[in-house]
Amino acid sequence: MSIETLWFAIIAFMFIGYAVLDGFDFGVGALYLFVARTDEERRLVMKAIGPVWKGNEVWLVSGGGLLFLAFPKAFSAAFSGFYLALTLVLWCLIMRGLAIGLRSHLENVLWRTFWDAIFGVTGVLLAFVFGVALGNLVRGVPLGPDGYFFAAFWTTFLPDASPGILDWFTVLMGMLSVAMLTVHGANYLLMKTSGTVSDRARRFAGIGGWVVLVLGIAATASLPFIQPVLWESYAAHPFGAALPVIAAGLLVTAWFGRRAQRDGLVFVSWSLFMLIGLASLAWGLFPHLLIATGDPSYSLTVFTSAASSYGLQISLVWFSAGMTMVIAYTGWVYARFWGKVEQLALEEYS
Amino acid sequence: MEPVTTNSALFYDRLQFAVTATFHYLFPQLTMGLAALILYLKSRAYWCRDTHHEEAAHFWTKIFALSFAFGVVTGIPLEFQFGMNWAKFSRFAGGVIGQTLAMEGLFAFFLESTFLGILLYGRKMFSPFVLWLTTLMLFVGSWLSGYFIIATNAWMQHPVAYVVDPDGSVHVTSLWGLLTNPWIVWQYAHTMTAAVVTGSFVMAAVGAYYLLSGIHYEAATTFLRTGVVAGAIATSLMLFPTGHHAALQVFEHQPVKGAAFEGHFYTEAGADLVLMGQPNMDTLTIDNPLVLPKMLSFIIHKHFGAEIKGLTDFPRAEWPDTMPLLYYTYHVMVGLGTIFIPVMVTALVWMLRGRLFQARWLLWTLMLMAPFPYIATTAGWLTAELGRQPWLVYGLFRTAEGNSPLVGSGNVLFTLMGYLGLYLLLGLLFLFLFFEIVSRGPAVTGGLRSSSEPTG
Repeated sequence: MSIETLWFAIIAFMFIGYAVLDGFDFGVGALYLFVARTDEERRLVMKAIGPVWKGNEVWLVSGGGLLFLAFPKAFSAAFSGFYLALTLVLWCLIMRGLAIGLRSHLENVLWRTFWDAIFGVTGVLLAFVFGVALGNLVRGVPLGPDGYFFAAFWTTFLPDASPGILDWFTVLMGMLSVAMLTVHGANYLLMKTSGTVSDRARRFAGIGGWVVLVLGIAATASLPFIQPVLWESYAAHPFGAALPVIAAGLLVTAWFGRRAQRDGLVFVSWSLFMLIGLASLAWGLFPHLLIATGDPSYSLTVFTSAASSYGLQISLVWFSAGMTMVIAYTGWVYARFWGKVEQLALEEYS
Repeated sequence: MEPVTTNSALFYDRLQFAVTATFHYLFPQLTMGLAALILYLKSRAYWCRDTHHEEAAHFWTKIFALSFAFGVVTGIPLEFQFGMNWAKFSRFAGGVIGQTLAMEGLFAFFLESTFLGILLYGRKMFSPFVLWLTTLMLFVGSWLSGYFIIATNAWMQHPVAYVVDPDGSVHVTSLWGLLTNPWIVWQYAHTMTAAVVTGSFVMAAVGAYYLLSGIHYEAATTFLRTGVVAGAIATSLMLFPTGHHAALQVFEHQPVKGAAFEGHFYTEAGADLVLMGQPNMDTLTIDNPLVLPKMLSFIIHKHFGAEIKGLTDFPRAEWPDTMPLLYYTYHVMVGLGTIFIPVMVTALVWMLRGRLFQARWLLWTLMLMAPFPYIATTAGWLTAELGRQPWLVYGLFRTAEGNSPLVGSGNVLFTLMGYLGLYLLLGLLFLFLFFEIVSRGPAVTGGLRSSSEPTG
């Protein structure tokens, strides 16, 4: 395995880690206004994600930094090309961070209602935009010969040679992402809370599962029309087909777990389902970082956009050390905050 | 190269980075400064089993957390902007500064964000030792974050340990060399000391406010003692050695920048130090000058007759393109820094003589001084960054060549307006909540709403 391949895997790991970890924060946000109606319930939900959401968000920032380090060409092309969508992401992340941090600060109904609404809306929007972004990576972007592109929000709503950020496929991916993360958030709340919040979350998880199934089948069925590259790389490395099979198996596990009301099992298998599912997409896209919708030679691959091999090697050393530490103390913190929120002596900061 | 006009994307790219970076740094300077002071308070509380310092630490942790929250949300756009607005620069320099920026995420952000969760929610769940350790980790995390940012900026000021590839981009040749760039030493010392100055002025100001209002006497005296001692040390270190050596390395490696911020137009032996006056860019002189004769030569070369190169000795295309603004930011920084020292030293002397807590004029001064370290620090960063112009990477890569080729001025202006509006709201929110926490005071720290009772 070449060093560029290894870095592709690391960056995929970071962004998938982000999707799984901050994903349940978005899902909790999307459900928030519906499963938590009273102030007591809302404070409970906030406490369920409170100690961990900030660390979850760092996976995005670190993933971005590592992409910058390893594949500067792809970083600059993608970030400038998705200028408008990323601006929306940034403003939503700003408002979401403030909503979680500030809503319990004052004992004023209007203050809290305002931030509650912000938390709910940004959760849905972020889940949607990240799904759309993934859709764009799969479909490809209108890269020019100089390795840059600029994507308008919409052009014809068709995934053709000059697509916008939004077309029917990316919107489908965005909706799938909202549904998937809503279920993920519901699973998290089922594990972390009991009582009315958890009862309502269970209903949403049940309905959401069916929505995910329908949208997921639609998205998967459209993949061969959208991006033939996926099937070419699976044909070249057929043992990768184990990944979608495992993902499907995890989905079945989650379904059985749901029937048996084993909430921990559901949360873990749904998380792994998202992880393996996204990994199978990454497998199909490799070695592409950005696929050109026009001339295929304009595509940016790990081999055409990598930094120097010294840079990649030395950063592998500190990345391994750093990531080991991160996983160690993040795991420790998750373990210490494990269990139902009601049973933890959590202090609410205000 | 596109000309900089108010219709060009480059103009708005620069303005947007200036706005977002300047606004962002209002928050980390307080969190990094407070992290050090809180670690002191918390260590005293833990190792000397002192509940009074525990309460003081808890109060300042709330301010810290507030400032940290605003710092995090305003910090994410900065990393994204490298790619979004400065794509050509990112492609050029990613092979070098990608290292330090990614290290910041992995070694500093994870540490800060994870341990802040413990500090905010876990006061009843974790042992006093873990809570003390958490304070230490927040200090380490925030100061490491500062280090990686300074290492990145130092490379842009004084590029080292790189090689230029055939395709024109640069790559790191020695990570050790990048992390031990000689430029880092004084810039880091100067920046972190400035953060302590901000933290100690704010702490002393809150103490002074309580004393002047006749409330929270005990907490107020602790805030004042801590703020004044730290402030007296830090303000002195700002001037010498950190500020002095930061200026020396500018004159050694970036003589144009030095000449521009001093307002020194013509090469001469025995150059005067301009204290005040307005640079006149038509006549290339200083209007209404107030100068110390031959002092500039003495400060830079320890010799009154030494020659200092003036701006006119350099081609005009090398001059920092916002020269009058650069001149002012430098003079505001130095001027304020020079005022800070007597204020804090006077307060320290009065404190040692046991008269500080009764000296209302001095308490008023301390209270009203709180905003000025922010102005000085902002002016300082503007000096460093405006003075680096017209280069993005000094001597290697021009700012005009660095912005994103396909992101048009209309798009950047749109997002710039969005940031201006959003950040106005954020600034008001921060001030409102800051004053709200201060007015609630440290006395109620024990009365936090507990959540151990069953809810929901």
